[in-house]
Amino acid sequence: MGRRITPVRLLINTVAAWIVGLMIFFPILWMVLASFKTELEAFATPPSFLFFDWTLENYATVQGRSDYLHHALNSVIVAGGSTLIAMLIAVPAAWSMAFAPSKRTKDILLWMLSTKMMPPVGVLMPIYLLYRTFGMLDTLSGLILVLCLGNLPIVVWMLFTYFKEIPKDILEAARMDGATIGRELIYVLTPMAVPGIASTLLLNVILAWNEAFWTLNLSTSAAAPLTVFIASYSSPEGLFWAKLSAASTMAIAPILVLGWFSQRQLVRGLTFGAVK
Amino acid sequence: MTEETRGIGRLLLSPAVGLLFIWMIVPLGMTIYFSSLHYNLLNPGTEQFVGLENYTYFLTDPAFLASLRNTLVLVGSVLVLTIGLGTLVALLLDQAVVGRSIVRLMVIAPFFVMPTVSALVWKNLLMHPVSGLLAYVAKSFGLTPIDWFAEVPLLAVILIVAWQWLPFATLILLTALQSLDEEQKEAAEMDGANALSSFVYVTLPHLARPITVVILIETIFLLTVFAEIFVTTGGGPGLATTNIAFLIYSQALIQYDVGTASAGGMVAVVIANILAFFLVRIVGRNLEA
Repeated sequence: MGRRITPVRLLINTVAAWIVGLMIFFPILWMVLASFKTELEAFATPPSFLFFDWTLENYATVQGRSDYLHHALNSVIVAGGSTLIAMLIAVPAAWSMAFAPSKRTKDILLWMLSTKMMPPVGVLMPIYLLYRTFGMLDTLSGLILVLCLGNLPIVVWMLFTYFKEIPKDILEAARMDGATIGRELIYVLTPMAVPGIASTLLLNVILAWNEAFWTLNLSTSAAAPLTVFIASYSSPEGLFWAKLSAASTMAIAPILVLGWFSQRQLVRGLTFGAVK
Repeated sequence: MTEETRGIGRLLLSPAVGLLFIWMIVPLGMTIYFSSLHYNLLNPGTEQFVGLENYTYFLTDPAFLASLRNTLVLVGSVLVLTIGLGTLVALLLDQAVVGRSIVRLMVIAPFFVMPTVSALVWKNLLMHPVSGLLAYVAKSFGLTPIDWFAEVPLLAVILIVAWQWLPFATLILLTALQSLDEEQKEAAEMDGANALSSFVYVTLPHLARPITVVILIETIFLLTVFAEIFVTTGGGPGLATTNIAFLIYSQALIQYDVGTASAGGMVAVVIANILAFFLVRIVGRNLEA
């Protein structure tokens, strides 16, 4: 923004941008407000905006029902577990393609990308039947497996785009000095790769946390993460809005915070490096 | 590069390649196999080979045409809404704005909300015909509130999905705008270009590529919109909000018709692959650079 602008223009821009921003954010804000209302107030017409009796009752109710914590824990295990396993497989692969590329590297990368294009619904039937046969329906390990494999291409790609930007000269220099591959990996590459690995981790946790096709179809209760728990609020009609709002607020708050930290990585991650 | 490095490289790459290969080929092979069978989980033991009959059945089912239409309307409308509004919001956020980083946070927030939450919050708190906020707003302007999920169910789903994807389009277009050379814009202005022609001749061509990327990536995700329909309408009323993904789901896990669901799954895979072809070409071109 090197150009100078008039104060009037700045004022108009600012007001317009804030109005647009608040409008887009409004449903979330409205949900958070509803979570502090009583069920009667959440349902009332005309609705009350700020002047109602603020209450933490819904949080206590939702928290008190042991199944909320149970599902929250499932979300943490599934999102965290699938991400960590994907990273363990993807870091070596991305390292290899970035620093020891072969003639086929480009083809392999594009092939990996193309597996992500396979619509999950195309393989719903076989996965469901395999899971049923092997007793993996509604298990945490089953969800971890399917989310890990589903997100693996994105993880490899993101790591690859980061690793590719690490200057190769440094590696050459280390090799000249007689560093072994192991030493090179630990002392030279790791420090430079940490930011990329951290961003990839963050983005993948967000994607896995919000994944709602496999979780809805492969889990019902024991292994159900928050996506499925929230979906269970879709059936009853009536006085449950405040509790739905409280549960929803707790379900999205941690990911919203992570997401805000990872917004820059989001673009390159989700566009497979096509837009940076 | 030494032979040793190359060998280690191959060794490190193989787990990822192997797992992805299995993940792709095994379920896909099973889907193709099932799609040639008359196979219903409710009548186990009666499987028999029927050739392409499942495909004929799936493709000639009126539900297929209805859900194909819904899928196209859903994908098309969400693309138009997110890219149109996303461009406007991105242009706005590219200006000097007091508190821009806070506005940016508010704008991208919907993307991080899990689909089941956004669908239920919109359905109940905002779009409810009696107590929803939109009904209250309509009434305070003297209008009749819309019963969104009864009168315009597909539009209701479109609005929810567009709200979720608007941040993605905005963020990518904003990133692209910020990489547009400030000098280029100034040069255009010096040449006497007004804001509109500077947008049409300088900014828009620069946005062509990111817009293509947004279209392709959103399309891949929008073709498989599921949770939003699952928790709000269950595909109804009638088939009004059934898309291809939901149709296949209902044949698979409601009617337990493995054969037809698998044939439908293959149709979905083919549609997605046509799109993937274009995306891979665009991203691939980027790899050369």
